[in-house]
Amino acid sequence: MELKTPLYDTHVKYGGKIVPFAGYLLPVQYESGVIKEHQAVRTDCGLFDVSHMGEITCAGPDALANLNRLMTNDFTGMYDGQARYSPMCDKNGGVVDDLIVYKIRDDHYFIVVNAANKDKDFAWMKEHVAGDMVLTDISDTVGQLALQGPRAKEILLKLTDEADLPNKYYSCNPHAVVAKIPCVISKTGYTGEDGYELYMAADKAACLWEALMEAGKDEGLIPCGLGARDTLRLETAMPLYGHEMDETVTPLETGLGFAVKMAKEDFIGKAALEKQGEAKRARVGLRVTGRGIIREHQPVFIGERQIGMTTSGTHAPYLGYPIAMALVDAEDAKVGTAVEAEVRGRRVGAEIVPLPFYKKKK
Amino acid sequence: MNFPKELKYSKSHEWVSYEQDGTVLIGITDYAQKELGDLVFVNLPEEGDGVTAGEALGDVESVKAVSDIYSPVTGTVAEINEELLDAPQKINEDPYGAWLIRVENVTDTEELLDADAYEAFTKEENQ
Repeated sequence: MELKTPLYDTHVKYGGKIVPFAGYLLPVQYESGVIKEHQAVRTDCGLFDVSHMGEITCAGPDALANLNRLMTNDFTGMYDGQARYSPMCDKNGGVVDDLIVYKIRDDHYFIVVNAANKDKDFAWMKEHVAGDMVLTDISDTVGQLALQGPRAKEILLKLTDEADLPNKYYSCNPHAVVAKIPCVISKTGYTGEDGYELYMAADKAACLWEALMEAGKDEGLIPCGLGARDTLRLETAMPLYGHEMDETVTPLETGLGFAVKMAKEDFIGKAALEKQGEAKRARVGLRVTGRGIIREHQPVFIGERQIGMTTSGTHAPYLGYPIAMALVDAEDAKVGTAVEAEVRGRRVGAEIVPLPFYKKKK
Repeated sequence: MNFPKELKYSKSHEWVSYEQDGTVLIGITDYAQKELGDLVFVNLPEEGDGVTAGEALGDVESVKAVSDIYSPVTGTVAEINEELLDAPQKINEDPYGAWLIRVENVTDTEELLDADAYEAFTKEENQ
């Protein structure tokens, strides 16, 4: 039985086409459709309900030491309000989940994890922590909205003081107020555009959604569903757990080496990653040159030799052509290589291109 | 939602138009295009290919997924709507104008619904 986010009734009211996703009933799109929603985020602004995401707090004097052991990134020396992305590995170096850690203050961190993984993550973390710290799963009490696009700031400024907005990418203000509702405002997102993610009490989420929709009506703000969330992240080549990584893929293979600090004293999975050495597989971008759309789980070939599998693929609405990501043998990962994917029994040509496919103009 | 009276419909959401010259036009219904969402690719057979009632004649892809289109008739492809290959969104914009293929020498047809029965069928499916 799927759960409803605090915004379920709001999605129905706004004409959302509701589908089950990661245990929740969420809109895959609204009346305007995936392409218009995608374009709105690239050119104006879109509003997403991401309340299905999991939130875990980690509090106590030993919080930092535990996070540094649980995750591959290093959280030492962060300032209050800073956010940092990290994979979390198992002992074999496979990825348990990827997540964002916010430092609220020295003995208090806030962790945002994938919806489908939150129970697994919480159990894993509890099993592997020690010392004076407490982990709490607060997912059910927190609502999360993502306001994404070049006009996000001007919309948010109608409802909050400029002083409340975080300035730096990957930072947050945990004590902000938006439309009289206490919020964490984080300058983060999953779309490749400027924008914010807002965390608030679950029972205030619908009220804040309405306030944002009203504030953004002249700026082209429209509600966006999971479909656009996926095409936006794919166009900007952000990995998604369960696609570009899982327990059988290491963060080094899927191109997350920037968030794996091998110089750190120890973390779960470090020994295995050290032993594996240089990654044998690599995540690449494919631009389709043939006719068709390459989707996930399709074998990739050079001639008759299979070099890997696609992990995600779609028509890229802003770029206007089909793209895919694939995990392939590292020696075959060279940009410019002509490959083919087997799509429903036929071969579709593609070329390995640099990632990301799309990057916003500075 | 639109269900033109002059057309016949399959339970797999294709429409069939019997033309005066004895050929039939096949497309996908308004209901189908709404369910599929924004279409971005269409894969059609070639002129001269055979199609068989109840079997896939091609597929359409939305941003999210690929879906087979089933032929409601058995016959030979006389013509394909080439315009759709470069502009699949025309199926979303005008599902009953954007025919996919014209079939001639029709020898078999699956059981088709009239507009009222098909409308009732889509309502049941949406329960």
